[in-house]
Amino acid sequence: MTLIRALSPVLAPVLAVALGLMSGVLAPAVAQERGPLRITITDGVIEPLPFAAPSFVAENGAAAEYAANITRVVAADLAGTGLFREIPAEAHIARVTSFDAPVSFPDWQAINAQALIVGAVSASGDQIVVKFRLFDVFSGQQMGEGLQFAGTPGTWRRMAHKVADAVYSRITGEGPYFDSRVVFVSESGPKNQRVKRLAVMDYDGANVAYLTDGASIVLAPRFSPTGNQILFTSYESGFPRIYLMDLGSLQVQALAQTEGNMTFAPRFAPDGRTVVFSLERGGNTDIYALDIGSGQIRQLTNAPSIETAPSFSPDGSQIVFESDRSGTQQLYVMPASGGEGTRISSGPGRYGTPVWSPQGDYIAFTKQNAGRFHIGVMRTDGGEERLLTASFLDEGPTWAPNGRVVMFTRESAGAEGQAALFSVDISGRNLRQIPTEGPASDPAWSPLLP
Amino acid sequence: MTILPKALLVVAVLGLAACNNPDRFGAGGAGGAGAGGIGAGGIGTTGLGDPNDPRSIAYFNQAVGDRVLFAVDQSTLSPEARMVLQGQAQWLNSNPDYAIIIEGHADEQGTREYNLALGARRASAVQDFLISQGVSATRMRTVSYGKERPIEVCSTEACYMKNRRAVTVLSTGAGV
Repeated sequence: MTLIRALSPVLAPVLAVALGLMSGVLAPAVAQERGPLRITITDGVIEPLPFAAPSFVAENGAAAEYAANITRVVAADLAGTGLFREIPAEAHIARVTSFDAPVSFPDWQAINAQALIVGAVSASGDQIVVKFRLFDVFSGQQMGEGLQFAGTPGTWRRMAHKVADAVYSRITGEGPYFDSRVVFVSESGPKNQRVKRLAVMDYDGANVAYLTDGASIVLAPRFSPTGNQILFTSYESGFPRIYLMDLGSLQVQALAQTEGNMTFAPRFAPDGRTVVFSLERGGNTDIYALDIGSGQIRQLTNAPSIETAPSFSPDGSQIVFESDRSGTQQLYVMPASGGEGTRISSGPGRYGTPVWSPQGDYIAFTKQNAGRFHIGVMRTDGGEERLLTASFLDEGPTWAPNGRVVMFTRESAGAEGQAALFSVDISGRNLRQIPTEGPASDPAWSPLLP
Repeated sequence: MTILPKALLVVAVLGLAACNNPDRFGAGGAGGAGAGGIGAGGIGTTGLGDPNDPRSIAYFNQAVGDRVLFAVDQSTLSPEARMVLQGQAQWLNSNPDYAIIIEGHADEQGTREYNLALGARRASAVQDFLISQGVSATRMRTVSYGKERPIEVCSTEACYMKNRRAVTVLSTGAGV
């Protein structure tokens, strides 16, 4: 799938948008006024921005079904953020029958649509072409340039995500994230004998593909920086070991072969060539770095306590990890070359599974306190800790490519307890369950797809 | 007690002997979607034997006691655990042909990675104690399952206390 061309000259954005997430204020609300589209911040409840996405114009007969489906995915992406609200088609006054026809702004103003997405789809042979324009209804202006995407019919959902990503980014000022995938562990079977398989899906739960057959326990897959490889832990040898899988060929390679010791919790460095992981020797777990090319292993921590769950800063200079050296699990940051580390977590309870945001501004973590589990975020120096969720068992956050949403595992209690994937934005709003065929755990978000 | 027919006691302990694979819930490729299926890897079968035979694995599991329990987040051996392990060591020293894998487990109250590390600590504590009682280190390996294989499935302390365990698993193999 390729972006072919811009459809019109670039227009300076006319929307004055100040979304809470981008300014660091955390309870955004949308104040709707006449005049330019504006999202301002209050302490109150968020009022999602109303938008209209009339069904994309099918420019030929073969495109009709794609046009309808793509429109639905675009609208679902936007509404799924909790920041936007779709005005249903039944309420529309104007009808869009041609991509290039002038927009009747009064008709959209009358139903209080603040943003309008106009799109069209054509289909021929092995290719479909999707184009769209975004309008600020109350100023009567186009917002940014029109864009056109072309790809094979099998990529229609990705093209829809690309349209929604462009709309989201233009209105919020945040980076896109809809055109992305999630690798996770699909679970089945009773709690004392879970069958676990690696699987990959679109960020919204569509297009699931299974990567392993369930014969061995598999845990905690992680994407490479380019998104075409994953690291994971498997009991295939009978002992927990880290592996690298190529997602194109499904070829699997054992990493860091060290006789008699457990390796786990692998994660890529931003360079894609280094893997940090935990290695256990004689009951003691420390953090090591592996150069994939040479196979050389370097020890980064050296303590009698448990050091695990390492995660690189996006510039590759630092590693955040968890250690129980103080007596309970806490978060520490050390240079990428290793060392003692500086403790950054300071609140009550215990902290684990830290993950550095791809934007570098926050660290997401799992917190246990007073018998509850939480997903939270804090600044990289430990400041501004904020808990986003609370339940019997929430764990293992992973960042959306734009660093504004986290996905995690939530498991319910008891003999019938099951794991599921949830997402929440970093203000703690918009908690949602990701639809999966069955129970699921250990999500890891890919980078934005090309 | 009712003695079960011996055939029923010859339970396949997957992967313990031939490939020393303690993942008793399956073996096979780590990846390779669709490849092999359950049990595609080497599966070792060890007869548990007659629990009335003091040299059998069944006797070890039931009469000697194959497991010890731990306090929350702890890997120190309680006085009760030490007594069980002394019994294990005695039995293992007089039955030197069995290979030993010590499994460390945690309850579900904890993150996955931490529980893996904690299970390793527990397995290692048992291994160290058995070595101190004269059991040869070359017969033993440890593996942690973290919170992946609870034996009890409720979400209360009554179950958690049984899940925080280290289990000594025997097989008739050619050592480890």
